[in-house]
Amino acid sequence: MGEPLLKTETRDIGLDTGMAKLTPEKIEKVINEVLENETGAKLKVYVDTCVHCGLCSEGCHYYMSNDKNPIYSPAGKVKQTIWEILDKKGKVSPEFIRRAAEIAYTECNLCKRCAMYCPFGIDVAYLMLVVRRICHKLGVIPQYIQDTAHSHAATMNQMWVKEEEWIDTLFWQEEEAAEEIENLRIPLDKEGAEIMYSVIGPEPKFRAQLIYEVAVIMNAAGLDWTMPSMPGWDNSDMAMYTGDNELMGRLKKEHFEAAERLKVKKIVMGECGHAFRSVYDMGNRQLGWKMPPVRMVHALEFYYELFKAGKIKIPEKYSKGVTLHDPCNVIRGRGLHEMSRYTVNKICSNFIEMTPNREHNYCCCAGGGVINCGPPFRNKRVVSDRVKAEQLMAAKEKGAEVVIAPCHNCHGGLEDIIDHYKLDMELKFLCDIIYEVMEKPE
Amino acid sequence: MHTLYNFVSGPLAWLAFIIFFGGSIYKIVSMMKLAKKKDTAVYEYWDGYYALRSILRWITPFATVNWRKNPVMTVVTFAFHICLVIAPIFLCAHVLLVKEAFDISWWYLPDGVTDIMALIVIFSCGYFLYRRKTKAEVKFLTSSSDYWLLLMVVAPFATGFWAYHQLFGYNLMFILHMLSGEIMLAAIPFTRLSHMLYAIFTRGYIGSEFGAVRHARDW
Repeated sequence: MGEPLLKTETRDIGLDTGMAKLTPEKIEKVINEVLENETGAKLKVYVDTCVHCGLCSEGCHYYMSNDKNPIYSPAGKVKQTIWEILDKKGKVSPEFIRRAAEIAYTECNLCKRCAMYCPFGIDVAYLMLVVRRICHKLGVIPQYIQDTAHSHAATMNQMWVKEEEWIDTLFWQEEEAAEEIENLRIPLDKEGAEIMYSVIGPEPKFRAQLIYEVAVIMNAAGLDWTMPSMPGWDNSDMAMYTGDNELMGRLKKEHFEAAERLKVKKIVMGECGHAFRSVYDMGNRQLGWKMPPVRMVHALEFYYELFKAGKIKIPEKYSKGVTLHDPCNVIRGRGLHEMSRYTVNKICSNFIEMTPNREHNYCCCAGGGVINCGPPFRNKRVVSDRVKAEQLMAAKEKGAEVVIAPCHNCHGGLEDIIDHYKLDMELKFLCDIIYEVMEKPE
Repeated sequence: MHTLYNFVSGPLAWLAFIIFFGGSIYKIVSMMKLAKKKDTAVYEYWDGYYALRSILRWITPFATVNWRKNPVMTVVTFAFHICLVIAPIFLCAHVLLVKEAFDISWWYLPDGVTDIMALIVIFSCGYFLYRRKTKAEVKFLTSSSDYWLLLMVVAPFATGFWAYHQLFGYNLMFILHMLSGEIMLAAIPFTRLSHMLYAIFTRGYIGSEFGAVRHARDW
């Protein structure tokens, strides 16, 4: 699946034309505006505290996968971007900005693994986001990801899904279900429901079966749930990754308000990592919410609660050997690793851990918006995650045939890795397996 | 030589301590104020329990994955930092100096022990230099300032060792010892040696975020 594998080709219309429009004066002005108005002690202290020891290096899968090339170490990326920017007080060239954009957008997944390797806990993802913010304000952004941000701005969803398309998709899933489960409903705009279920734009666009599967799960568990028909149904957020913080705020406001309008008790969201980061970590903060104003339950926590309460019955467990990928945004971002293992053990009889795992799991190399930067950067992304392929291979040698990746970006990234390294492993969402093995009502 | 000695051990020493303490307080207070204005999240998410959890974890040798991955660096950096702080404070000669000047005194270490500690600092700096020169990922991050910092740190210990053992020209070394010590102290708040002041905040903050918000470990 996906685009054909290209040779390393970093020509990108967004970066190239963006760079062509820059002047040294504009660069200096924008950089200093961002530094003056939007950064403060955090940036200064991080830069002053780094003793250039290089201990963060092994935290990064780019570094580990590219034969320990120091340009890919976390501090190495900081050196090539923000150190230089601060040293020169913003007097950098358009070419420098283009390279900085390429590093910040396509050579860092913002996965925060390195924060666990730096003895000082310096948050390199934060520093890369500052670089992205500058690049956003300068208009030097990879074309593909900027297109998704445009879609967000115009439609309030990531995939240019029109309102009627969205509703049609849900009806279509209901119809599909009728053959299997009579009276299965995907309740739209049900005021006062307990749960609002939200998904990312790509679900109705490419992976509508996931909505179907979750509808079956909700139905079997007898839950009071709904989905919004109006904008706000999409919880995804590429603006967070392009550096468009204002748009990120707009998106999250729309999402939270959809839940408020429906007067639900909580939002349950699908198996997506970045969307969780957006509602739980970054988007809410942009809006001034310390924690999300509505209780946010990620799919991994949701499934855990269902199984803990015995609401889903498993007559016979999934018997193929499975391994589990830990997505950064819900593991390092929310500590759901034990809950996901609880569910996997409930539904699978042969669970094989890959190592390192939990908080230390290697990133899929697709997150942080990197996969959304599109085909020009695909090769780099796949090559730069060789360690992931090795990790999967080791699990396969222990008997894992299936990789569970409970995150859309991880899914896309791992799909490419499995394909490129010819790992011949099957890839599934957790709900794929739950749906397959659960006891379904007639 | 005598006047120089008096100057370095008198006014200059005062100045160094004033810059060190004053500068450190100024740096911490100004950063806290700036954070209050620009990074309010730092205050909002700071969590004493999780900050401490993270700090304690990281100041324990081999208690984190990365310390275990780099055993040599771990041993050297812990030995280095412990000796760097402990040796000067509990050196017999320093304690006596303070007693003479202010009539305050505290417990001190035997000379043989501080002597070894000074050597540990010197050899550790040698190791750091070797790392900078040979390890690609460290070399890439290195600029001239990193060498100056290393020199600044090793100088008081090397000269102190020299003077204590009364090697050739130790009178001059004695003056250089005081001078280099003063330079290092005064430099702490204004160079990357300020990680001494900031480490507790950076580690504490990421510890708070990971512990209280993300419910995950940061080691």
